[in-house]
Amino acid sequence: MSILINKDTRLLVQGITGNEGIFHTTQMVEYGTNVVAGVTPGKGGEWVLDGKVPVFDSVKLAVDATGANASVIFVPARFAPDAMFEAADAGIPLIVCITEGVPVQDMMRVRSYIDQKDVRLVGPNCPGMLTPGEAKVGIIPGNIAIPGNVGVVSRSGTLTYEVLYALKLVGMGASTCVGIGGDPVNGTNFIDVLEMFEHDPQTEKVVLIGEIGGTDEDKAAEYISSKMTKPVVSFIAGQTAPPGKRMGHAGAIIEGTAGSAAGKVKALEAAGVKVAKHPEEIPSLL
Amino acid sequence: MGGYHEIAGGIMPMLSKSIEGKKMKLHEYQSKTIFSKYGIPIPKGRVAATADEAKQIAEELGGRAVIKAQVLVGGRGKAGGVKVAKNSDEAAEFAQQILAMEIKGLPVRKVLVDEAAAIESEIYFSITNDRAARRPVMIASAAGGVEIEVVAAETPEKIIKVHIDPLLGLRDYQARDIAASIDLPRELWREFSAIAAGLWQVYKNTDAELAEINPLVITKDNHLLAVDGKMLIDDNALFRHPDLAEIRDIDEEAPAETEARRHGLSFIKLDGNIGCMVNGAGLAMTSMDIVKLFGGEPANFLDIGGGAGADKVAAAMRIILSDPAVKAVLFNIFGGITRCDEVARGILAAMEEVKPEVPMVVRLVGTNAEEGRKLLENANMITAETLADAAKKAVAAAKG
Repeated sequence: MSILINKDTRLLVQGITGNEGIFHTTQMVEYGTNVVAGVTPGKGGEWVLDGKVPVFDSVKLAVDATGANASVIFVPARFAPDAMFEAADAGIPLIVCITEGVPVQDMMRVRSYIDQKDVRLVGPNCPGMLTPGEAKVGIIPGNIAIPGNVGVVSRSGTLTYEVLYALKLVGMGASTCVGIGGDPVNGTNFIDVLEMFEHDPQTEKVVLIGEIGGTDEDKAAEYISSKMTKPVVSFIAGQTAPPGKRMGHAGAIIEGTAGSAAGKVKALEAAGVKVAKHPEEIPSLL
Repeated sequence: MGGYHEIAGGIMPMLSKSIEGKKMKLHEYQSKTIFSKYGIPIPKGRVAATADEAKQIAEELGGRAVIKAQVLVGGRGKAGGVKVAKNSDEAAEFAQQILAMEIKGLPVRKVLVDEAAAIESEIYFSITNDRAARRPVMIASAAGGVEIEVVAAETPEKIIKVHIDPLLGLRDYQARDIAASIDLPRELWREFSAIAAGLWQVYKNTDAELAEINPLVITKDNHLLAVDGKMLIDDNALFRHPDLAEIRDIDEEAPAETEARRHGLSFIKLDGNIGCMVNGAGLAMTSMDIVKLFGGEPANFLDIGGGAGADKVAAAMRIILSDPAVKAVLFNIFGGITRCDEVARGILAAMEEVKPEVPMVVRLVGTNAEEGRKLLENANMITAETLADAAKKAVAAAKG
């Protein structure tokens, strides 16, 4: 078992003919992911990867023809919101948006829309996810992780790779690794993933990698202390980041005193989470 | 008067902003010009770069005028950057003084010369993103002015917050509810609703992260007037606002930060002596954390982003080495979408050009790390296997 993606995932790639789209599709297929279709408007009817993957003009056409049940988005930021709306409207239950730099007001509209549907969005600005030995959706290098019983959830990209790699070096593997992305408004939060790990029989322990800013880690701490039975180890990046300027008065009124690394560490420790001083310390805490 | 207040123990560390995407700040005069386009009443006035211009504008306004420093930092009022002149000669004199000032290290290059409003009372009114609620929020208070944060902390019930559906936009009744909640006299509700609708349009049409009027004053003759304004724009949305991108005041940025932005790098100057080049914001912050954990001080935050080519890496290195405080450089690259051999090529290109004299510690892991290491074999760099090892070596190297 694992969460979100596995051998049965039938993946669609939006933006498959772009540079990043084709590069990462190749990597995902090499890893063993079942990529069933791609979408690039205007290129329907073409094939990529030596005729292995058909390209369609729209998500709906691709879903109708191939039964895709997950989509990964590699289109540029200015087109990414439309790609997310299109995937949601085509009834794809799992949408993973890798694209970085999506305007925050676009994301508020996307999230508001998607919340009305039975759709799980992960990202944007995320590395995607990896179920070692089964499937990878996104850009996490496949060779840095091995199958195992540790669930990993992170707001970061390369920092997540550090943690997976540190686990692999001591022979520890991951059930699934989910990069939720670091944007202020995204599709999936820590709590959503923690809940899935809590109910996944393969996952025995969880690593949560957070950052300064926002209140997601604090909410995760609340969830862990009230609902989780599995042990959680954490690392929070930005512990030494200097305090800086805020967004005028409105930022102070809205955010209150939330967002500091120290506050997050304190909240997590109070919830019984062991917090590592640096990422390479995580395996020993597990 | 408004401004970018820095508060002790600030809650929104600047690095988290760099992860979230930076925000472009607009000057008061730029913000108010935009407000005015959306029907929000602002005082008559213009911006001036010299005392003569200020005098001319004051004369046009009838003599009496407010002279306000235009700098993108907070605390200008306390620093003496806002003065009321009784006549145009005094306006010239005050403009002269203010244009000679530095506020928090930033020289004042422009002043706004505004008609002095006859103020009855001050309202706080803004719209911003509520990250936790994932929607825009309108904030208003009858207790406007510089002490608004004290009001928020001590008497939060005096702050009205109304969330707006991002798909529907501001509804008329919401504007009326806000007016009623801050006990605005009924005869001003219509004016207020028009201002609220205008502020929503400003926020939406400019991809603002903040559009703030503080104060929105009730004048002695019983009208509403936006006396001070502030806006932050989402950098990620500037592609659809070329007019706004054009008015960015790069005079107000550190040159290294402007240079970094030009190359698509995320860079923040810090006070230490260990230069850091890392791919990914989370890993960049972590590298800084570890440097500090082992007794060093990072000189900067620098994220080269994903998939950086040799050119970008070389630019990043030039920026780091342009800081004379830097005594050692730490490269921590975990290749995924970024290829370590590309990074190595960038490092070599920059070394050729800059001829750095400080020791450099490099750690390459992931995609094409082996090729990268090979390229750097003869470059006389200190290599490291783990993150902790790299940080320790950089700290030792900086101590000399």
